[in-house]
Amino acid sequence: MNFEEHAAKPLLARHGIAVPKGGLARTPDEAATVAGRMGAVVVKAQVPAGKRGKAGGIKRAATPEEARAHARAILGMEIAGFKVEKVLIEEQVPIERELYAAVLNDNSGKGPLVMFSTEGGMDIEEVAAAAPAKLRLQPVDIRRGFSRADGGALVQGLGLGTAEGKVADALAKLYEAYAAHDAELLEINPLIVARDGRVVALDCKFVMDDCGIVRHLDVARAGAPEQLTGLEARARAAGLKYIDLDGDVGVLANGAGLTMTTMDVIRHYGGRPANFLEIGGESYTQAKPALELLLSKPGIKSLVINFCGAFARTDVMAQGVIEAIEALKPGLPIYFSVHGTGDVEAIKLLKDRLGVTPLATMNDACQAAVRAAA
Amino acid sequence: MIVRGTDRVLVMGITGKQGTFWTERMQAYGTRIVGGTHPGKAGTLHCSVPVFATARDAMKGATFDVAVLFIPPLLVKEAAMDAIEAGAKGLVVLTEHIPVQDVMHFVAAAKERSVWILGPNTAGAVTPGECFAGFMPAFNERIFRKGSIGVISRSGSLGVLFCLNVVQAGYGESAFLGIGGDPIIGSTTRDALVTLDTFPGTEAVVMVGEIGGAMEEEAAEYAKTMTKPVVAFIAGGAAPEGKKMGHAGAIVMGNKGSYGSKRSALEAAGVTVLDTPSDVGAALKARLGY
Repeated sequence: MNFEEHAAKPLLARHGIAVPKGGLARTPDEAATVAGRMGAVVVKAQVPAGKRGKAGGIKRAATPEEARAHARAILGMEIAGFKVEKVLIEEQVPIERELYAAVLNDNSGKGPLVMFSTEGGMDIEEVAAAAPAKLRLQPVDIRRGFSRADGGALVQGLGLGTAEGKVADALAKLYEAYAAHDAELLEINPLIVARDGRVVALDCKFVMDDCGIVRHLDVARAGAPEQLTGLEARARAAGLKYIDLDGDVGVLANGAGLTMTTMDVIRHYGGRPANFLEIGGESYTQAKPALELLLSKPGIKSLVINFCGAFARTDVMAQGVIEAIEALKPGLPIYFSVHGTGDVEAIKLLKDRLGVTPLATMNDACQAAVRAAA
Repeated sequence: MIVRGTDRVLVMGITGKQGTFWTERMQAYGTRIVGGTHPGKAGTLHCSVPVFATARDAMKGATFDVAVLFIPPLLVKEAAMDAIEAGAKGLVVLTEHIPVQDVMHFVAAAKERSVWILGPNTAGAVTPGECFAGFMPAFNERIFRKGSIGVISRSGSLGVLFCLNVVQAGYGESAFLGIGGDPIIGSTTRDALVTLDTFPGTEAVVMVGEIGGAMEEEAAEYAKTMTKPVVAFIAGGAAPEGKKMGHAGAIVMGNKGSYGSKRSALEAAGVTVLDTPSDVGAALKARLGY
């Protein structure tokens, strides 16, 4: 789950990292009112995506009137596919120096990774390419954590001068916030040394591990809703994993790996998959609602139903599919491939109830569906 | 990380619906189940084996080698730490949707004590003719037959498909290792490849990977050093670009993770990369000569 800047920064503040004073505005008038309490401000588009500055979504304003004008221009803009519906109005903090700090899940290292650079405000991958010596990485044993002393060791010798201790402290607090909230990524870019000597987070990006949301329901309420199509939202509400694609060959399979492979084989035969829809794991009993959902997608010309049962029983999935087909009587051609746990019963069910015999391999089923859609 | 017929297996969460269902199947196939756990049912018998409150208690009453976990996501960290501290040699963690920071925790503890882990989010492991641990259809003879092909898969359903194709092509499996579909798992593709390379009776390895992460690229490094043939399939070539972790994630991954990166790394290491799962039999024949 992604968090916009205004929702991520309170998390830093709660763990003792300084953030600028600010307020959220949904209209130009609100922007002027918030700015009126602060003096010189920055007007920042709130979308769960990077590169807002380059897109013209971040502007400085010296007066409330200027803030109103910027807000008028920014609200309604589209940035990285997201429509801007709110702006964050923040006090300007005079900058002495821009730094970069992040903690993230390092899948290869199987643990957290603390990242720090003295080149703040830039894309971190540009820093890595242009000045790798300025990027410091510290893998962390999650059982031990990351202390202020660890932070001090990481930033030592980078010429931070009198700010060194405060930066080390901010890194330890950033790690604390990461660990306390099941973060996947918690990034401050830039983390600044202000002219008055304070260390302040001017921006914050926070991604929460979806599997951890149940432990942080209060915090998660402030997360950005995912951009879903109508069918994707319906699928989500029904507990199904569904993604809309732009092809015309529909796909229903069990397990993420098998579903992706079904899409691959459709592509291999020159077809275009219409969707990703999997009913693996505990959801294998959901074949009926899954197929009903898929059949409501416009533009599908043929369908591949590919089951390979391990935990998921193919006979239970076939039963669900049969019920959906009997209820909806779809006119389009459907090709089956059925193997694994319960396959003998599943194949008999399909033959008895629908008069259908599954094809010998998933390649045959995909190829037939691609031909039928052409 | 290959579970043998002689290994003593503890089923954690044995009394639940799935725990019970699959324990009965494991027992029928030949897995040596010595006990189970459930905090509230210690002292009872379930599936004809004693139930203990914890793995540590079980180790005193019914010494075990491998723990198989049928445990809900938020309780896995505690159960896995229990099994590791009890002295298990290996863990099979079937559960999906465990918070990643919990996984990091018990994976780090396991590594420190040289305990192997399959999973999380695995369908388990099968050693045909001996035993299985998890929820694979080991008892289905069209899918599992004792033979000479080692199979590694991140996905359970795709693992079943490849085992089916291997058997249909006239081969059998020496062992199937489901390593799990989570972003962080205990044993990587490379770890499983090393294990099968040295497992007696294995003449070739089928490696079923997926887009994302860098495990296939790391496995390719090892495959270069192998004399046994390796045949691989990477799922997700046609998948749209998935959820990205942003710049910080991209930098750690570099260019690794894409279908193209994996395919070229494997091909450069002498691995035969399949276009579709149905090609596996022909590829094995070409590489093995029989």
